[in-house]
Amino acid sequence: MTKQIRSPLPGTFYRKPAPDQPNFVEDNAGVKAGEVIGLVEVMKSFHEVKAEEDGNNVRFLADNEAPIMAGAVLAEMD
Amino acid sequence: MALKVIQPGLLTTIQDLGRPGYFHLGIPIGGAMDRMAMRAANMLVGNDEAAAGLEAVFMGPELEFSSDATVAVTGAEIPILLDGEEQPGWTGFPVKAGQILKFGFLKAGARAYIAVSGGIDTPPALGSRSTYAIGALGGIEGRAIASGDELPVGASGRVEAGATISEKLRRMSSSPTELRVLPGLYWHRITETAQAGFFDDEWKVAPEADRMGYRFRGGKPLDFVEREAPFGAGSDPSNIVDGCYPYGSIQVPGGTEPIVLHRDAVSGGGYFMIGTVISADMDLIGQLQPHMPVKFVEVSMEQALKARSDRSKVLQGMRESLG
Repeated sequence: MTKQIRSPLPGTFYRKPAPDQPNFVEDNAGVKAGEVIGLVEVMKSFHEVKAEEDGNNVRFLADNEAPIMAGAVLAEMD
Repeated sequence: MALKVIQPGLLTTIQDLGRPGYFHLGIPIGGAMDRMAMRAANMLVGNDEAAAGLEAVFMGPELEFSSDATVAVTGAEIPILLDGEEQPGWTGFPVKAGQILKFGFLKAGARAYIAVSGGIDTPPALGSRSTYAIGALGGIEGRAIASGDELPVGASGRVEAGATISEKLRRMSSSPTELRVLPGLYWHRITETAQAGFFDDEWKVAPEADRMGYRFRGGKPLDFVEREAPFGAGSDPSNIVDGCYPYGSIQVPGGTEPIVLHRDAVSGGGYFMIGTVISADMDLIGQLQPHMPVKFVEVSMEQALKARSDRSKVLQGMRESLG
C-alpha cells in the first residue's frame, strides 16, 4: 500500500540539513516512524518534517528548495 | 474555566484587536493580523468584539476544554475537529467539558481565529492581551502558547451555539490577491519606469513573511532617481533620514524586495517607503501563505476612504445578521 508524507506547513522544502550536506533520506531508501525526511522554511525558521510511520522505497514528489503549500504530499512510500 | 494546550501548533498566539497608542514609543499596535475574522469569531460566541482569542498560523493547536463552552473558528479554511467530528467554520458550535479540539491540514488562507465564549482572560498589558512575542509583552508570559499551558477563560452567560456568518460576508481572496496601495511621501525617489513596474509586476509572498512584515519578491528591482544623500541618511539610495513607519507602509530596502509592515512592526527607521497598503486590505495580507501571487494596485485617497467605508459596512452587516 502506498503511504504519503505530507507537509503540515507551507513554505520552502529542503531535503538536506545544509547545502553542503547529504539528503536526510535518499530516493528509494527506507524510513522509520519519527525519522526526519526534510525541512520546511517559513517565517524565518526551519521545521522538521518527520515520517509518521515506517516505510520502504521512499519516492520524493517535492524537489529540494521547492515552494510548497500546507498539506502538500512531499513523498510517497510503500 | 480553562483551555488546556495539548499541542500548540506552529506559533499560536493570544490576540485581541491590539494596543494602539504606544507606537510612538516603539511598541507596535499588535493584535490579530485579520481583525475582521477575529471580530467575527468573537461575535459568534457572544463575546465583545475586542475579546481575546487565539490566532493560529498555518497549523491549528490541539486544545482540551475544562468546562462547557461555545466556540467559533473563522479566518483560514481548515478542517475543525471536535473529538474527531468535523465542525463548520464561521459558526458557533457547542463544546462539552473534556472534549478535544484539533485541526486538519490548512486548505486556504493562513490564519485561523479561535474564539471561546467568555474570551481568553490572561492579564492585559498596556490595555491589550495581544501577544507581542519579540517584546515579551501580553499573551501568556509574553510568548506563544506552549504544550501544558492552561489558558484562563472569562465568565460567560449562556451562549446559544449555531450562529453563523453567511459566505457572502466572508472575504474571498482572488489569485493573484490584489492589494490596493496609496503612493506615499517617497514615491518620487524611484523612476517613472520603476513606478509603473511596481504595479505591473506580479510579486510572490516570501517565506520569511510574519507578523512584523510581509516580504514580497519576484518583481523587477526599483531604479532610483539620482540624489545626493541628505545629512543623516545612509549611503544606499533606499535610505532616508530616519522617519516614522506607518502600519501598512511599504519599504523596499535596496530597491529589491518590498516589505509591508504589519501588526508587530517596528515604528521607525531609515528606509524609504514608496506607499501604504490601504487599511481595508491589511486583513487580506494576514491570510496570505508563502509563495502566493500578489498584485499591487494604485488607488487615490478618495478610493482608499471609500474602501474603508465599504469594509465598515460589511462589519455592520455581520453585526446585524447576528442580531
